[in-house]
Amino acid sequence: MAKMTMVQAINLALMQEMEKDDGVMVLGEDVGKDGGVFRVTDNLMDKFGPERVMDTPLAESGIAGFSIGMALHGLKPVCEMQFSGFSYFAMHQLEAHAARLRGRSLGRFHVPMVLRAPYGGGVRALEHHSESREAYFAHTPGLKMVIPSTPRNARALLVSAIRDPDPVIFFEPKALYRAFREEVPEDEETLPIGKSRIAREGKDVTVISYGATLHSVMEAAEKLEEEDGVQVEVIDLLTISPLDDELFSESARRTGRVVVAHEAPRSFGAGAEVIARLVEKSFLYLEAPVRRVTGFDIVIPLYQREMDYLPGVNRVMQGVRETLDF
Amino acid sequence: MPRKDINLPYKIQYLSILDENGKLDKKLDPNLSEDLLMKLYRAMVLSRKFDERMLTLQRQGKIGTFAPIKGQEAQIGAVAVLEPDDWLVPSFREMAAELWRGKKMENILSLYAGYNEGGEIPEGFNNLPVSIPVGSQTLHAAGIAYAIRYRKQKQVAMTFFGDGATSEGDFHEAMNFAAVFQVPAIFICQNNHWAISVPRSHQTRSKTLAQKALAYEMPGIQVDGNDVLAVYAAAKEAVDRGRSGEGPTFIECVTYRMSVHTTADDPKKYRSEEEVEGWVKKDPITRFEKYLRDKNLMDDDQVKATEEEVSGEIKEAVGRWEDFIKKTPDPLSMFEHLLEELPPHVEQQREELKAEQAQRKGGK
Ligand SMILES: Cc1ncc(C[n+]2csc(CCOP(=O)(O)OP(=O)(O)O)c2C)c(N)n1
Ligand SMILES: [Mg+2]
Repeated sequence: MAKMTMVQAINLALMQEMEKDDGVMVLGEDVGKDGGVFRVTDNLMDKFGPERVMDTPLAESGIAGFSIGMALHGLKPVCEMQFSGFSYFAMHQLEAHAARLRGRSLGRFHVPMVLRAPYGGGVRALEHHSESREAYFAHTPGLKMVIPSTPRNARALLVSAIRDPDPVIFFEPKALYRAFREEVPEDEETLPIGKSRIAREGKDVTVISYGATLHSVMEAAEKLEEEDGVQVEVIDLLTISPLDDELFSESARRTGRVVVAHEAPRSFGAGAEVIARLVEKSFLYLEAPVRRVTGFDIVIPLYQREMDYLPGVNRVMQGVRETLDF
Repeated sequence: MPRKDINLPYKIQYLSILDENGKLDKKLDPNLSEDLLMKLYRAMVLSRKFDERMLTLQRQGKIGTFAPIKGQEAQIGAVAVLEPDDWLVPSFREMAAELWRGKKMENILSLYAGYNEGGEIPEGFNNLPVSIPVGSQTLHAAGIAYAIRYRKQKQVAMTFFGDGATSEGDFHEAMNFAAVFQVPAIFICQNNHWAISVPRSHQTRSKTLAQKALAYEMPGIQVDGNDVLAVYAAAKEAVDRGRSGEGPTFIECVTYRMSVHTTADDPKKYRSEEEVEGWVKKDPITRFEKYLRDKNLMDDDQVKATEEEVSGEIKEAVGRWEDFIKKTPDPLSMFEHLLEELPPHVEQQREELKAEQAQRKGGK
C-alpha cells in the first residue's frame, strides 16, 4: 500500500476506472494538458488521450449538459467544475435534467454521470473559491451528494460514484487535498454511497460531521478526552444525500447528546436535516438540545477573516461542552 | 429557387495604428492631445510597476492569489474614453483600467490580501467591483445600459472579459440582449490568447472573436490590443455610437498574457517560453515609448523620471496599506453589508463571534 494525498487517491480512482472501462470519460476546464488546477487529473491525458480527457471550452452549463448527453448514450462522464463556486452555472442542467431524466422517461433513460468539484474554505483563496454549498445539491431530489474526508475514502467513494447508475455530485474538500497522507490500497476498493461511518467511538456525546470539518472535530474529540475525560463519538456522514440516518440515530440513542458540525452556513444546511431526522426518529432519547457548530449565515469572508468564520477545534469543543453541561 | 448569398450589414475589420516599432499610421492617428498621450504613458508604466510589486508581495506571502495584468496595459486606452459616471464593468484582469478610474492601490492590495475592505469603490466613479465568475458580469453591463437608455441619459456601460469568457452562455446572452434592445454597452474582449491552460485556438473554432458580434447584428472589430492608440480609437467610436443611441459594439483586443494566469498557476505545463518571448517584441509600453520619443515628447531623462515618480507613488500606497493592516481591522466586520438590515438570527451569530473574540483576548 502506498501513502497518498487525497489528490493522488482521486487520481488513482480515475486512472483505474478509465483503464477498466473505456466508457469512463473525464472532461472540464484545464483537466487535460494542465492536469487540473489542483493536479487531480494529472497524467490522464497522456495516458488516455484527448478524446477521453477533454479540455473543454470555458462553460460550466456546457460541461454539465454535454455530460448528460454522453451519459444518456451510455458513457460514464466524470466532469469537473474547477471550483464548486462556479457549479451554479451548471445547476439548471443538473436540476432540470440530470436529476429528472430517469423519471421523465419512466426509467427508459438514466444519467450515470459524476460531477466533481473542489469545495470549502481554508486555503486562503479568492472570492467564490471557499464556499460550502452542498445543500443546494442535497436539496435536489434525483441527485446524490457525496463528500469524502480522507484519501482512502475519497478513492473508494469516487469509484462507487463512477459506477453508480445515477448522477452523483462529488465535492472534494480542497483544504484536505494535500493536508495529510493515508495508506491507499492499489487493489480496487469501493465504499457504498448512502452509508456513513463511525470515525471515532465514544459513549458520552455524538458529533456528526463531514468533509474538512471532520478533522477539527476529531482533534476536538482528542482534546476533550484529555482535558475533560469525555468520550466523544464522531460520525462521518460521507454521503449527504441520500442521508444515512440509521447510524447517527443509533449513536444518538446511546449517547443522548448530539452536536452537528459543518462549515456550510447554519440555516438550511445539512445539519438542519440531520437534526430534523433525529427529532423525528429519536426525540425521546435526547437529553439535551442538539447544537450546531457551523459557518455563519453570511457570505464567507475573504481569507483574512476566514478562520474566524470556519468552525475550528475550539468552537467544536465549546459546543460539545455546552451540550454536556445542559 | 437558386441558392444565393445573404448580405450581412457588418464585416470584421482589423485595426492597428501604432506598429510594433512604434511607427504611426498617420491616416489613422486619433490625434490625442500631448497631455493625454503622456497620461496614457504614465498610467501604463504605473500599472506595469504596480503589477510587478504585487507579484513580489505575493511571492513574499504578504498578499494572496491574484491575476497579473502584465502585457495588457493598453486596456487603459478603452477606459480613457469614458467619463467618471460611465460604467466600468470589469472581470478580474483589469487592474490597469481600475487604476485609471480612481481605484486606490492600497485597496487593491487589501483585496488580494484577503480583506473585504479592499472592495471600496472610488468616489465619483461608477465602477463595479472585480467579478470572478467568468463572463457573468457582461449581462450586468447590458442591463445597466438598458437603464441608461430608459432614463434617456448619455452614459455608456463598458464591460471587460477574456477570450475564454466568450464560451460562457452569459456572454452570448449579454450580447444578444444588448443588441436586441440596442443599448449603449461596449463589450471589450481581452483576447490574451489563453484561458489558464486552454489556448484561444481551442476555445472556439472561430477565426476571430470579433465575428461573434455578427451573429447578434452588432458591429464588431478586432484591434491590436497592445496598441493603446488603436484601442482608444476603437473605443471612442463605440462610445460615440452608444451615446448617440446607435446601440452596442464589440471590440476584440488582441493582446497577450505575459505572466502567469494567477499566482497559483504554472504556465510551463502548457506553453513554451518561445511563445512568450515572441510577444516581448510587441510590448504595449515599449512601442508607445518609442512613438513618444519619435514625437520628441519623451527622452531618457523623462523615462527615468516617470519610473521614479510611479515607484514613489507605489511606495506610498504600500505604506498606507501597511498602516491599514496594522490597525488590524475587526473580524466582526464580516457581518457587515449582508443585507440592509441584519436578520435577528444572524445578529445573534455576530454576538457569538464577539463573545468568542472577547474570550480569546481574555487569554483563553
Ligand atoms: C465561471 C467560472 N468558471 C471557471 C473559473 C475559473 N477560471 C478563472 S479565470 C479562468 C480562465 C479565464 O480565461 P479568459 O476568459 O480568457 O480570461 P483571462 O484569465 O485570460 O484574463 C478560469 C477557467 C471562473 N473564475 N469562473
Ligand atoms: Mg484569456
